[in-house]
Amino acid sequence: MQNMLTIISNALCRITGRNVLLIDLSEYVSLTSPAAPVLAQTERQPPKPPPVSTRAPAAELVSSQTDQLDRPGSRVVVSRSFADFTPQATFDIKKCDVHRLEEGPPVKATLTRDQGLQYYRIMQTVRRMELKADQLYKQKIIRGFCHLYDGQEACAAGIEAAINPSDHLITAYRAHGYTYTRGVAIKEILAELTGRKGGVAKGKGGSMHMYAPHFYGGNGIVGAQVPLGAGIALACQYQGNNQVCVTLYGDGAANQGQLFEAFNMAALWKLPCIFICENNKYGMGTSVERASASTDYYKRGDFIPGLRVDGMDVLCVREATQFAADHCRSGKGPIVMELQTYRYHGHSMSDPGVSYRTREEIQEVRSKSDPISLLKDRMLSNNMAAVEEFKEIDIAIRKEVEEAAQYATSDPEPPLEELCNHIFKNDPPLEVRGTHPWATLKSVS
Amino acid sequence: MYCSSWQFWSSLHKGSSGRCPWLLFPFFTLWLFAPPPSQLSRCDWLCVMTRSDRVVNCSCDWLKSLDLSRVTAFSPAEDRFNMAASLRCFLRTGKNAVSALQRREFHRSLPAAVQVTVRDALNQAMDEELERDERVFLLGEEVAQYDGAYKVSRGLWKKYGDKRIIDTPITEMGFTGIAVGAAMAGLRPICEFMTFNFSMQAIDQVINSAAKTYYMSAGLQSVPIVFRGPNGASAGVAAQHSQCFAAWYGHCPGLKVVSPWNAEDAKGLLKSAIRDDNPVVFLENELMYGVPFEMSEESQSKDFTIPIGKAKVERQGTHVTMVTHSRYVSHCLDAAAVLAKEGIECEVINLRTIRPLDVDCIETSVMKTNHLVTVEGGWPQFGVGAEICARVMEGPAFNYLDAPATRVTGVDIPMPYAKILEDNSLPQIKDIIFSVKKTLNV
Repeated sequence: MQNMLTIISNALCRITGRNVLLIDLSEYVSLTSPAAPVLAQTERQPPKPPPVSTRAPAAELVSSQTDQLDRPGSRVVVSRSFADFTPQATFDIKKCDVHRLEEGPPVKATLTRDQGLQYYRIMQTVRRMELKADQLYKQKIIRGFCHLYDGQEACAAGIEAAINPSDHLITAYRAHGYTYTRGVAIKEILAELTGRKGGVAKGKGGSMHMYAPHFYGGNGIVGAQVPLGAGIALACQYQGNNQVCVTLYGDGAANQGQLFEAFNMAALWKLPCIFICENNKYGMGTSVERASASTDYYKRGDFIPGLRVDGMDVLCVREATQFAADHCRSGKGPIVMELQTYRYHGHSMSDPGVSYRTREEIQEVRSKSDPISLLKDRMLSNNMAAVEEFKEIDIAIRKEVEEAAQYATSDPEPPLEELCNHIFKNDPPLEVRGTHPWATLKSVS
Repeated sequence: MYCSSWQFWSSLHKGSSGRCPWLLFPFFTLWLFAPPPSQLSRCDWLCVMTRSDRVVNCSCDWLKSLDLSRVTAFSPAEDRFNMAASLRCFLRTGKNAVSALQRREFHRSLPAAVQVTVRDALNQAMDEELERDERVFLLGEEVAQYDGAYKVSRGLWKKYGDKRIIDTPITEMGFTGIAVGAAMAGLRPICEFMTFNFSMQAIDQVINSAAKTYYMSAGLQSVPIVFRGPNGASAGVAAQHSQCFAAWYGHCPGLKVVSPWNAEDAKGLLKSAIRDDNPVVFLENELMYGVPFEMSEESQSKDFTIPIGKAKVERQGTHVTMVTHSRYVSHCLDAAAVLAKEGIECEVINLRTIRPLDVDCIETSVMKTNHLVTVEGGWPQFGVGAEICARVMEGPAFNYLDAPATRVTGVDIPMPYAKILEDNSLPQIKDIIFSVKKTLNV
């Protein structure tokens, strides 16, 4: 690396006739995904600090010769020196519709280069992981339920960017993206999908039941996670720790009665709960117009203030979640957010996803509003990163996901001795009845 | 009956709180035509006064403690006294009913053994656990300012305030989910159902969100919660308010299901349930709330707990094993007393815990007595008795049985309202005696 930089700077010296300083900043920017805590052994570990975004932005390290290097010939050479990139830019984002609020989140969002790359990395990782799960499912290595999240990555990335690791999050069954953003390693997620002992839940939970510190799954019963989320918010309020709970549900669950029961109590007791409806236009095979008398999901909280947010723009989601979190933390009570988003896959792997919508519609969303492309185009057009950088990130992520898949397919299945474990916590071992009276199995806590 | 009614009115007038008796006259004219007292049980007068909606019933505090030698006919004088006392009770609904017995206050040192009602024992247990651990809190309908629909949480809101004792709207699914979520996030809730019939609305949260989570997460996420409330038949509350859920909850792995009988059971098991890190379904019985029992000195201590999963032999015997839980322990003990006069010694086992079932205790007893009769209030099909019989068949005790096991259960119908129908829908002492004799072939 040092040699290369010396050679390059020499060459540039000759070209430009000036002294060129090239600083190697590669150690400041990690091109691999954030490391995750080992979760399989322990419960309730304190979450790891967020990666990258709090590091010193590249702005401080840009030399004053920025403009000198802005020549066509030099662009390829300086791909590893970040000196010519815009460190930070402000973007106009779509205004949010509001309900019972005087003002909504700001219409401008600031994005630093590091943040942009981080969000890109997260979204691309979730995308690739979901596509890999699709592949494994078709190879019958994953079985049962598999609800994929591709198309909705901006929601997971944006929400995580706006909350702290000490805040809480609970969602429904389309949970792989959130499992990743809440700190679980890709290989543990894929190993859980393939039902191996290296999975997050040791292969006992599957696609819909993955847990992490301050992440409560992964819930299979539609709508049941919403009162749970309100309860987690009650615990935050009870303990007085200034944390919020983000409770996600879909447009299909938005009509569940228990949601309105939870809304009532959350508003009554001013629980710090952000209720987020991820409206991807279809509840399984039923479009929103056919399922809901009112499709203004952000207004369905009635007495609870609401926001309607463009869920394909990660900055929009981040600003709105930040606004919502501030609202809750200031003691004003719960808030409802509707993220308008889209899923490319069908409801689950057993649903091709084209019987209730047209391929043209899917294609249109992919070409016009893909969240990853949106972010990438923004950063490129504002000279915040180079195309090659993105390519390198893509390659690194592909490799990582491939390795994780390799692990997930080669890891052994959980041993039969574990069959009856984890029925009760902190209990002496008990005998569990097997399939016939002579099969006495043991359960250890 | 007419002359006794005069005596009845005078005793009523003496005991009344100053209200004009003639205003009550229309209500009680019916009583002049009531059936002879000797055929009615103690709780019958109570049934006449109570309504079937969710209003607090007058406590049975005026009942004397169980006297096993007097099972059948009452004296007319005692009946008149009881009628008058229950009327006084009714007039004073909402305040503490007249009690002929000592009532324990909080934090007072006491003589060795004392009479405590099941209600008070539950109250003490919750009070002590709320004090011991800050994370414990109670939520449910009417638990705070109303002092509890059945007054079980009386005084707790005054002592601990809004943060720890929370009144909820009538939204079982919602508040049960909230309780489970709070347990997941580190608190230790006690979720009260006004009766377990209403828990059916929230049963998804109890089973899918609470019971299964520790297993699904392979130990990452525990749910330390207690679901408690009255279970089973009450008096005159008809079909939708009388179901026994012991079998339904006892079916599910991941749950512990507890069914106390007396005050000691209630206190010790509730304390254990609250201290347990797992979801516990705590099935109380409304008709037992007002019944006083003797509590030993040991059970009055703040650290008195009864282990979950262990049954208790309430009465030693040699001829037949009676396995039962909750209110029917009383019935079995009464039946055992009657049978003892005929030379049949019954061993009565109080299950205390439905899940995990203490099969060892049952098997040891059956291997001693060679006969088994199970008694419960729930429906027979797929019930607690059915499970006990199946387990005994599968274990070593089967070889010791001299006769097939018998189940005494509630009748396989929705609970009717009319008194005579209701009485005949549930096991009576005569049914237990009959079943024991049939099992023993005498």
